[in-house]
Amino acid sequence: MKPLFNKRGWSVLAACVLVAVLLPLLHLALPPGHPLHVSGYAMGLVGKFMCYALAALALDLVWGYTGILSLGHGVFFALGAYAHGMYLMRAIGRDGSYGSLLPDFMVFLDWKDYPWYWAFTDHFWYCMLLVVLVPGLLAFVFGWFAFRSRIKGVYFSIITQAMTYAFMLLFFRNDTGFGGNNGFTDFKRILGHAITAPATRVALYLTTLALLVGALLLCRWIVGSRLGRVLQGVRDAESRLMFIGYDPLAFKLFVWTLSAVLCAIAGALYVPQVGIINPSEMSPANSIEMVVWVAIGGRGTLVGPIVGAFAVNGLKSWFTAAFPDLWLFALGLLFILVTLFLRKGIVGTLPDLKRLLPGRAGGKPAPGAKEETA
Amino acid sequence: MSIDMAMKRPGVDTSHGAILYLEDVTVSFDGFRALNQLTLDISVGELRCIIGPNGAGKTTMMDVITGKTRPTSGSAWFGQSHDLAHMTEYQIAHAGIGRKFQRPTVFEQHTVFENLELAMKMDKRVRPTLFARLSGAQRDRIDATLRLIRLHGQEQRLAGLLSHGQKQWLEIGMLLMQEPQLILLDEPVAGMSDAETARTAELLNELRGKHSIVVVEHDMGFVAEIAQQGKVTVLHEGSVLAEGRMDEVQAHERVIEVYLGR
Repeated sequence: MKPLFNKRGWSVLAACVLVAVLLPLLHLALPPGHPLHVSGYAMGLVGKFMCYALAALALDLVWGYTGILSLGHGVFFALGAYAHGMYLMRAIGRDGSYGSLLPDFMVFLDWKDYPWYWAFTDHFWYCMLLVVLVPGLLAFVFGWFAFRSRIKGVYFSIITQAMTYAFMLLFFRNDTGFGGNNGFTDFKRILGHAITAPATRVALYLTTLALLVGALLLCRWIVGSRLGRVLQGVRDAESRLMFIGYDPLAFKLFVWTLSAVLCAIAGALYVPQVGIINPSEMSPANSIEMVVWVAIGGRGTLVGPIVGAFAVNGLKSWFTAAFPDLWLFALGLLFILVTLFLRKGIVGTLPDLKRLLPGRAGGKPAPGAKEETA
Repeated sequence: MSIDMAMKRPGVDTSHGAILYLEDVTVSFDGFRALNQLTLDISVGELRCIIGPNGAGKTTMMDVITGKTRPTSGSAWFGQSHDLAHMTEYQIAHAGIGRKFQRPTVFEQHTVFENLELAMKMDKRVRPTLFARLSGAQRDRIDATLRLIRLHGQEQRLAGLLSHGQKQWLEIGMLLMQEPQLILLDEPVAGMSDAETARTAELLNELRGKHSIVVVEHDMGFVAEIAQQGKVTVLHEGSVLAEGRMDEVQAHERVIEVYLGR
């Protein structure tokens, strides 16, 4: 089997992981006054970016490789977050404002008991199962109908957008039983540990890092397999694929569902670190932002979307502090500039830059995925 | 891993000598009859050329055979056992019909080698595809096909960088990798240089007898070259106008009137 990365790729990955692991260690080991101390805020920020990066990676699998542009991946992210959030709400116990076993918003609605779909959500692992199953099932059913009807291109994108919008409206309603527009927040503990304790936060951070790296390796393996080449075939010449005997429906469903599940896992990791989930995560704009991360990082490269998620969100953190009103304009401008001048995104353009350097006129094809067949 | 597990399809029953049988096939789009009670049969191992003016229904006929278009009425059979009117495109491809499009359609972002690898006859469901490994024998098959289509030494080039003629050959190569019993070629020499056309005729003559082949073509010189003493079918307004050897067809009064004489 051909290796997932070449030597240089592995070294870069190892260096990134090393830095990422170092951050929480510096946070825990050094006192706040020390010049090398990493603040809890900074670590939380990186943890949050890693969740975004995982969502972007998932999106790249369907958009970059399979040519299916989803403008509604936020719904899978949010459903994953809500599924984990249900456990976190149950774990609050009687520590809420009303001292009830029910979450505050249910007390407020004068509900006497949990609705049926909250059953067993006090079990952590059951909720983890929901994180995977609910968005996975939604994606599978939605995908089955859409792909079977051969809905493609911009029509598909619009439907995904409508889907996330519909879910947002549903979750905004108080009587849906998910906290209405406030969503879930004020979490106290996870698996018995205080959720704000530095050790807990470091554990969440490291879990996110491990899952992000794991997902990257999984995706890299998939796109390097023959199935990966079939996915690119769906993108480039679907009818040819059909006439050589592949059923595009099955392949699209596979990658679409996998992508939704990865995105949901990102959401589930996001909620305990950020401490809140509400329906605005499902707003169409959020899903479009995910697409921007992928486009800016470089679609069809897997690594690119991770870079893009970090770059755009890093910029956003600084920008929203410095010029709070201008961020959406800046994002729009960035997207236009990348579309006009950097069509392959940051990572996709790197091989072209290398070729410009003297003495390195290598003839490698541009989009990172294919170096050499076996 | 056994590649051919899911390939245990019931073999195409051609005991009656015909590999393809269209009977009274009509396709109408909003009242316009693209095919009008077309009846046609292709024998096992035959190389059949089909000619006809634009709009005669040649491409629609290919669409019916490959499952892209459903006949409004009539039946289409592949051997005795496969009712083409009720199969999907990929099922028909699995059953053993390969099709080359009018415009060359290859995976431009894949290398020549990868194009042939994807087309190769094997279990094409999701899981086996994810875990597929290339065996030595399969590599040899790809190698043999590369030589046949004269792309040997170019297997690592991106298909999108090939010349128009080379793309056409690559597409034919992909068909051959499917090991089909019936090959449909829609204008295989459209846009080719004279040398490329001659080479394509040579290629088809090499394939003669190994597969049943249906060629739809405008280029009369090319048709004369590959039809030899075989049958040529002339389509006109969705049905068969004439059928016979090339010289017979060329002498046919109605054919001259609607097509050749212009």
